[in-house]
Amino acid sequence: MHHEEPFTNRNVSESSAYYYVDIETYPTTGWDKFKQVVKRTFNGELFVGLWVVMREMIKFDIHTVQYPLEKLPIGPRYRAVHKLLRLWESGYERCIGCGLCEKICISDCIRMDTRIDENSRKEVTEYSINLGRCIFCGYCAEVCPELAIVHGGRYENGSEQRAHFVIKDDMLTPLDLLKAGEQAEYPGFGAIIPGSDASVKKTPLAY
Amino acid sequence: MNEITITIDGRAIQTQEGEYILNAARANGIFIPAICYLTRCSPTLACRICLVEADGKQVYACNAKAKSGMDITTTTPNILAERRAIMEVYDVNHPLECGVCDQSGECELQNYTLEVGVDAQTYSIKDTHKPAQDWGLIHYDPALCIMCERCITVCKDMIGDAALSTVARGSEAIEAEFKESMPKDAYAMWNKLNKSLIAPNGGDTLDCTNCGECTSVCPVGALVSSDYQYTSNAWEHKQIPATCAHCSAGCQLSYDIKHTSITDPEAKIYRVKNEWNYVSLCGAGRYGYDFENRDVVKNPVAFEAAIAAFKKADTIAFSSTITNEEALILQRLKEKFGVRLVNNEALALKNFLSNYSTISGKSLYGGDLKQVHEADFVVSIGSALKTDNPNARFAMNNALSMNKGAGLYFHPINDPVIADMSKNVTQFNHAPMMEEAALYLMLDLFGDKETMPSSVVEYLSTFHSTKTVSVEETVDEKVTETVTKMVLNEESGVEEEVSEEVTKTVKKKVSKEVEVDENALFALLNAPAGFAETLTKYLAKKENFALMVGPDLYTHPHAANCARLVALIEKYTVFSVTMIPNLANTLGVAMICDLDGERGSYTIGYNTAGDFTLSALGNGDLDMPSLNQQEGTLTGIDKRVNPTNAALSYGGYILNDLANALGVNAKLTVDYTAQLPVEKGFSACVFDSLPNHYTNSGEEVRGYLLKNIAMNVSADENVRPFDVSAAIREKVVYLANPVLQFSPFTAASHQLQESGGIYLSASAIEANGWSEGELVKVKTARGELSVSIIKDGKIEGDIAYLPTFDTAINSEALFERYRFASVSIQKV
Repeated sequence: MHHEEPFTNRNVSESSAYYYVDIETYPTTGWDKFKQVVKRTFNGELFVGLWVVMREMIKFDIHTVQYPLEKLPIGPRYRAVHKLLRLWESGYERCIGCGLCEKICISDCIRMDTRIDENSRKEVTEYSINLGRCIFCGYCAEVCPELAIVHGGRYENGSEQRAHFVIKDDMLTPLDLLKAGEQAEYPGFGAIIPGSDASVKKTPLAY
Repeated sequence: MNEITITIDGRAIQTQEGEYILNAARANGIFIPAICYLTRCSPTLACRICLVEADGKQVYACNAKAKSGMDITTTTPNILAERRAIMEVYDVNHPLECGVCDQSGECELQNYTLEVGVDAQTYSIKDTHKPAQDWGLIHYDPALCIMCERCITVCKDMIGDAALSTVARGSEAIEAEFKESMPKDAYAMWNKLNKSLIAPNGGDTLDCTNCGECTSVCPVGALVSSDYQYTSNAWEHKQIPATCAHCSAGCQLSYDIKHTSITDPEAKIYRVKNEWNYVSLCGAGRYGYDFENRDVVKNPVAFEAAIAAFKKADTIAFSSTITNEEALILQRLKEKFGVRLVNNEALALKNFLSNYSTISGKSLYGGDLKQVHEADFVVSIGSALKTDNPNARFAMNNALSMNKGAGLYFHPINDPVIADMSKNVTQFNHAPMMEEAALYLMLDLFGDKETMPSSVVEYLSTFHSTKTVSVEETVDEKVTETVTKMVLNEESGVEEEVSEEVTKTVKKKVSKEVEVDENALFALLNAPAGFAETLTKYLAKKENFALMVGPDLYTHPHAANCARLVALIEKYTVFSVTMIPNLANTLGVAMICDLDGERGSYTIGYNTAGDFTLSALGNGDLDMPSLNQQEGTLTGIDKRVNPTNAALSYGGYILNDLANALGVNAKLTVDYTAQLPVEKGFSACVFDSLPNHYTNSGEEVRGYLLKNIAMNVSADENVRPFDVSAAIREKVVYLANPVLQFSPFTAASHQLQESGGIYLSASAIEANGWSEGELVKVKTARGELSVSIIKDGKIEGDIAYLPTFDTAINSEALFERYRFASVSIQKV
């Protein structure tokens, strides 16, 4: 359903929250313009600003983020470069190669190669996302039935080429990190909605 | 058949009397759900979801026949409840692996589950352990199987292998409470499903001709191609509508293509699909798809050499695996440069057709495979049916099983596949060279003796004689006997002997002398004993008669006489006659090209050996595109000019480039489609205007039909008698291909790669004390070959055959022209 704010009176008036900013009239003649320049130059406002800088400098309490040495934390649901997650217990890849991400991708930048492996399971031999085309919409993460492809927090895509590919090995959680418990679940697009168990009707089981 | 009007959901539709309601609805775009029904096969009644109400009574649309004025409702509250319960039952314990399942959404279980709106499950039963099975080219996962039995149905009613059947599932019984609580039909369907599973008749291995049609009809991912497993999702494929390039059946199929891999964006064919309701593929069509000429780039040096060779050549020899357009280019080259065109296999058919038309007055035979499908009496003469044209075999089997038909199969090699089609099929394993006798027998048995040329009638009468035979009959005879019994005399209390007369009926065998007509042709053709009686039984209530004649006749030393006999059969019997051309476009080549018999001094070979070879197999002097890399038309057995499209790209030179360089100009090869000779029956249609699909009613909308042109008839209808002494009684070898092979192109595809040898039945190998794989020397009057022995489980008897698909074995050199040759086979 389309939802609209109940904001009926959009006109600026005495009763509304809007008011006109008091702006001096612009100088029109050359003399007036000259006077304005002289006035602004010798007013001392410049030193007000310089004083603030000076004061903060000698306080030695700087708030500037020292990027790239320092990065701001980003929201957990931020959609940056993708990750492929592993199953917690077994360490197997979560991706089953269903191809839904490939299908849903609106910029058609996901491709995967699959085959039947020795255990008769579908194995994803290669998986790639063309980050030069990816618009980070999150559909792949949302459609993934296994919570395998998710977005991560890595937003830097510096590269020599515009078409910067990520391949499976770049995205897949390394086993040592998994064992160290470093793999993080993604709470954004695709994650299970809290309380969804309550809305599911269970299938009867004969045993 | 009468045209009648029935009403479905308030819509009046026209259909044929006796047509199934389901087919009538489908033909008119009315949706009735159905899972287990296959068009052209018998209703299975496994799924019961096609339930409709006809005149207030619930019937199954797949097996209830339409009657005039019938009023049908496709949905009532009760039917909807049944359908919902049926789909819920199908979903019980069905593995939730849709994400990896090879059906990948092309799934009738998914579709109907959504269609009937199953959003919760009511039923449950304990699951059984059903491990997946590998049957070679086919993979079966019983856990995914919903027991619609379509695989069994198609294998029996269409293909004729009957290689699958149901076995016990070993499941627990359905809980009793469900019987009370659930809809009736849903319970019955579940009860049946719960008892069975699919299994090959041969136990663990599938013993069949590997057509793979079972995988094609499977509504779920239970039966899939082993090779295709987990390589792709259905939706990723681009489907290229095409015509099969291997045999003359010209089956419609689609090549499913996709990029090869992430690193290789070049298209690759992943599988072949077919409209299984209307066309059935054989294994060669289904698995032999990647015969393309790969990684070809333009080689100007080879091209210049080819131009030089063309200027030097006086002969172009070629095989029939080319398009009509290429055939026309070759014909134009002939017209311009006067080169000879040599294609003996097409020439044989061309000569056969021209001899046939001297009596029939038509350029082409009158029948097609559709008529064979609809026939109830089918005869095949001079063709190893299952390998010459698998679709002709399917048509014969379909006719025998669906129309309560009967059939006769005349061929020197005993074929168990033919024998398994029906109880009502008789094989005549006559001696080679006796094909004319078979044709005479047809005239004798079915010809209209009143109108037939008197010379033929007289000749036929020489085979008849009356013979007195003693027939054993069982008669009821009344016998009166005197029986002595011991009876207790009640007065005296002593047992006395009493005589009593008893009359009883005794069945007694008596010998009777009767005069019977003896047909000497039966014995000449090695008819089984008592064939005269069998035939009478076969012919009861038969209405549609179809005859198929094959390549054995075209290459027969008396081919001209055979052709005239075939024309007489078509003229004086009720049989429709269909000729089986050898290869994909033998008929097209025979119609388009003026062919010559002998090669000259310098030959350009196109897909065949020559002094300069153009080859789509990649082994010649200049590469050519194969049939899945070019667009064009192919003329099939049904006399239909079918379009085919390029599924894969091709980077090299094509025949049209050569023709352009030689001054036969056209921008594209398909520009020739509209120029195909109208006087031979072709139509001036532009290639892009040719359709290639089937409609919902099963109508074949593909290309166009060749016109059967009227030819000059000579009043002479004389045919030569056949020579009994010509029959080859000694050991012979036959020229034919094993199942799944037609030409080097089938053998080039990765799933069908094999090397040839000499093929023998198991009994023949054993009788000679040989074993499989042993090297033997095969010697005929024309030469000898050293080949290894290969067992063919699908033939019987002691006739061996040599294949043509393996370019390493030059089998053709061993044969004069006729497909049989006297042979000696010695162990090396």
